[in-house]
Amino acid sequence: MTPLEGPLGPLLPEHISEFVVGIILFVIIYLVVRKVVVPRFETMYADRTAAISGGMEKAEQAQAEAQAALAAYKQKMAGADDEAAQIREAAKATGAQIQAEMRTEAEQEASRIVTTARAQVDAERSHAVEALRKDVGTMATVLAGKILGESLDDDARVARTVDGFIATLEDVPAR
Amino acid sequence: MAPGSVGLALLEGEVPTFGVSVFESTPLFPSAGWTACHPASGEAPASCATFQPAWTDIWFTNHICQAVIAAAVVLLFWLIVSRRLKVVPSKRQYVGEFLYNMLRNGVARDVIGTNYQKYVPWLVALFTFIVVNNFFGEFFLFMFPTFSKVGFAWALAILSWVLYNAVGIKKYGFGKYLKKMTMPPGVPWPLYILIIPLEFLSNFITRPITLALRLFANLFSGHLLIMIFVAGGTWLLTYTKHNLVYNLAGGLSVLISFAIFALELLVAFLQAYIFTVLTAQYVSSALSEEH
Repeated sequence: MTPLEGPLGPLLPEHISEFVVGIILFVIIYLVVRKVVVPRFETMYADRTAAISGGMEKAEQAQAEAQAALAAYKQKMAGADDEAAQIREAAKATGAQIQAEMRTEAEQEASRIVTTARAQVDAERSHAVEALRKDVGTMATVLAGKILGESLDDDARVARTVDGFIATLEDVPAR
Repeated sequence: MAPGSVGLALLEGEVPTFGVSVFESTPLFPSAGWTACHPASGEAPASCATFQPAWTDIWFTNHICQAVIAAAVVLLFWLIVSRRLKVVPSKRQYVGEFLYNMLRNGVARDVIGTNYQKYVPWLVALFTFIVVNNFFGEFFLFMFPTFSKVGFAWALAILSWVLYNAVGIKKYGFGKYLKKMTMPPGVPWPLYILIIPLEFLSNFITRPITLALRLFANLFSGHLLIMIFVAGGTWLLTYTKHNLVYNLAGGLSVLISFAIFALELLVAFLQAYIFTVLTAQYVSSALSEEH
């Protein structure tokens, strides 16, 4: 009777060697696969992941660089704008300052001219008043002398008379 | 030949001698005793009833040799496809990567989940060893599926049994693991009288038995079926002369054997895959927190 015709038929191994060899072969394959094959594949997967994420990192870096360049450009533009505005402001301010200076100068000049003119007028007026006083006095005296026919050589009297006359004139209220 | 005596005619014809059962191993270096008790024709002598084969008759058989060759093929395959792996795969690498990916991501990661990497080598070795041995049943040189010898199937099933119990005991300790595997939570206590023996039976006894028997029986029956259709068909075609019906039936059965052959190619792959997925599944259930 062969083992295949035993009570369990083909469900019992014909020889125990099948069972033992099966276990040994599987364990050998398992150990080699674990020691060599799987690490090789896993290393390759890790490399692949690194390569892919490395590429992505590179792209990200490029993007960041582009953004930085854009920001710098924008900043530059803003700076230029600012500068232009500043220049404009400065020009405006300078213009205003110059205007103010000129105005002040003109005003000073005008007031100086006015002052000078006034002083001159005053001087001329007082001069004229003085001359008039003198002339009018003399003329009046002469006239009065002629009219009265008397010589009014007494200067002190004449001066008093003239002053008295003028004082009456000055008493006349101004119109 | 009178009609109605078909069966008799078959028996009366030249009955071919197929020798020993095709599932029986043949020693590569038969001892003298073995040769004497396994004559090429005729009956073995009566003294062979107590014949004990020599150790070489047991350890160096065609089927053991075939399993060793399968293991060598598996190792060669993996060592060749995993040589100088590139980030951008070549065609040779692509084949290996496809298979490795299927087992790593499709089986280990999807079934076991967290910490699946530890079990990838086991599943890779298991699947490829089984599938190569199964394809030996359909390809030249051997034309015999190794796992139709039940001893090999028992070996792998016991190893898977040891694996999933070992990882479970390592994670939970013996008592807690036993409790986890036999006492599902959320069951009213009187039912435990029923549940505990059932769970114990299903998780520790029937799992390895079904693993081994599923693999073995599929290949055994597949090979048997092909043998019946091919051998029977050939016999009907050639040995029964002057009978057109027999010859036609023989031709048909040889044709059917081709279809079964194609089916066996599928079964060879499928059974290897099922064995691997179930092993992963058992590991997963031994590790899982709940249940």
